[in-house]
Amino acid sequence: MSLVVAQGGFFRDRSSEQGSCVQNNGFCPGWIRDNLDRYVGQPLVEHLELVLVSVTVGFAIAFGLALLARRRRWLYTPISQVTGVLYTIPSLAAFFLLLPFTGRGFLTAVIALTAYTLVILFRNITTGLANVPVDAVDAGKGMGLTDRQLLWRVELPLAVPEIMAGLRIATTTTVGLATLAFFAGAGGLGETIYADLRFKSNVVMAGLVAVLIAVVLDALLLLIQRLATPWARAGAR
Amino acid sequence: MNASTPTTGELPANGRRAATLEFREVSKTYAGSAEAAIQSLSLTVPAGEILVLVGPSGCGKTTAMRLVNRMIEPTGGDILLDGSSVLLREPAELRREVGYAIQQIGLFPHKSVGENIATVPRLLGWDKARIDARVTELLELIDLSADEVRDRYPAQLSGGQRQRVGVARATAGDPPLLLMDEPFGAIDPITRDRLQNEFLRLQGEIRKTVVFVTHDIDEAIKMGDRIAILRQGGVLAQYATPEELLLAPADEFVEDFVGADRGLKRLALQRVSDVDLWRAPLVRAGQPTSEAHAAIAASEVPYGLLVDDAGRPAGWLDERALALERVPSAAGSPVVTIEPEDTLRDALSHLLQEGVQYGVVVAPGGTIIGILSITLIEELLRREGRLAHEAQDARGTGGA
Repeated sequence: MSLVVAQGGFFRDRSSEQGSCVQNNGFCPGWIRDNLDRYVGQPLVEHLELVLVSVTVGFAIAFGLALLARRRRWLYTPISQVTGVLYTIPSLAAFFLLLPFTGRGFLTAVIALTAYTLVILFRNITTGLANVPVDAVDAGKGMGLTDRQLLWRVELPLAVPEIMAGLRIATTTTVGLATLAFFAGAGGLGETIYADLRFKSNVVMAGLVAVLIAVVLDALLLLIQRLATPWARAGAR
Repeated sequence: MNASTPTTGELPANGRRAATLEFREVSKTYAGSAEAAIQSLSLTVPAGEILVLVGPSGCGKTTAMRLVNRMIEPTGGDILLDGSSVLLREPAELRREVGYAIQQIGLFPHKSVGENIATVPRLLGWDKARIDARVTELLELIDLSADEVRDRYPAQLSGGQRQRVGVARATAGDPPLLLMDEPFGAIDPITRDRLQNEFLRLQGEIRKTVVFVTHDIDEAIKMGDRIAILRQGGVLAQYATPEELLLAPADEFVEDFVGADRGLKRLALQRVSDVDLWRAPLVRAGQPTSEAHAAIAASEVPYGLLVDDAGRPAGWLDERALALERVPSAAGSPVVTIEPEDTLRDALSHLLQEGVQYGVVVAPGGTIIGILSITLIEELLRREGRLAHEAQDARGTGGA
């Protein structure tokens, strides 16, 4: 049913629109200026919500799983495999598989998008923790840090570069995948694109906004990483 | 040798006292291993002394050290810190009271030098002012400028500076016991020598009980008040002071490990001022030669030592120069002088290098203390060797 609804929007009648640029299906700055709210309005907000919620929830779950795997090493392989399998399910299929359980809407899209972030985040967090210099951990333990203090004061801070790298990949990937979320009825920039797939101005503009979201979020994460790891550049001076 | 005579119970200048450490029948066998890493190790370290654990790789010296702060749990026996078992303590709490420095240093790369040093004081809950004061004090103690280095990250320091900060961090909580696993291992020989001297100077001030692990016998002899030599399988081969170890190695293994040059090593442990020097046959220009001959006869040296008006040595005079009625003012053969603070090894090397038999020992003020000769050093080595053999024989019969 959703496909039918979606298809209903694939071809929009533009004959009533004014101006030869639009009728000729060109790239029309004038039209874009007049219709800016189609992109930076609700679709942008929905898209951002999808990305931020999915990545945040995904990070919380992956973080919990990584701590679990740190404590019980044997769990690493099964967790890695299960999240890996989740990653291979085509996103459209995931949306439709979830429909009978969660129906159409935001929740369905977020569940699927979250599932995709898990493998990236889990592997990066565990790699980050595994790459912490063993002698720093040994010295910390030998000076009387408890296991919890070691984790929060030594291991996690030193894993920040890898963790942030994972977050950046997960975020940009999710920005892309979220363009399909409208199939699950969750709106976003994808809906705008598919609403008029043949109109150049529309597709280019919606795509551009999606790229901008990815670039801005990525730059933001990079900035956070730099602020959080002043020590990482100390050696290079 | 390094100013740390037993001082049980004595309170160091500013801080807690040092602790006695006792290994009591300690053994350790790693899970899944048929052979023991440590076998029935028993020894006691008096408070304020440096125990060096030394031996070839795989002898269990690092294991023995790590048993003390329960980084490794023993499979048998007990370790007592000031008489109470470490096995009854909460491990994290115990470790805060035991300084810990390792060869890889293990500074936290994401924390500044100041924060690194403050690790244990922070865990102990000191207030900020006290921690700041302590960090400044320690940086000064290890000869680093506090203003310059405090806010730097470890990656911005040289290797030697990092080692020093590692040692400072280990002592920051003012622990009564300090564990050091090859703390100067990964460093060039010149810097290592300097850091060793610096640590001995520091130890002279803080007087902690120290367990020092090394594979280098020279470092062991230099640093240790007591040395425990371990052999493969964690068996204690000998536990003795450096002097005893060099004089009377317990068996062939220890003898091999200590090295063929243990006579020279022994000389490195003694200073010229420790020796009963020969009396100097002092003669002055213008003195009747009869007096000069009397002075020479009263001395073991067959020459007269000509001194100037200020009492400084001017030259050696032989029989021919003393044939006249008065001692001539002409300079004799040149004099090699030696400082009383020199080690016997350095002094001997000096004499051999100059190709002479006798050296004149001169105090910093310029006064002649006596004569050191190669014969005297030989006699010394022989006498000590004989004493050691007698002691060994006595032990042998006593034990039988």
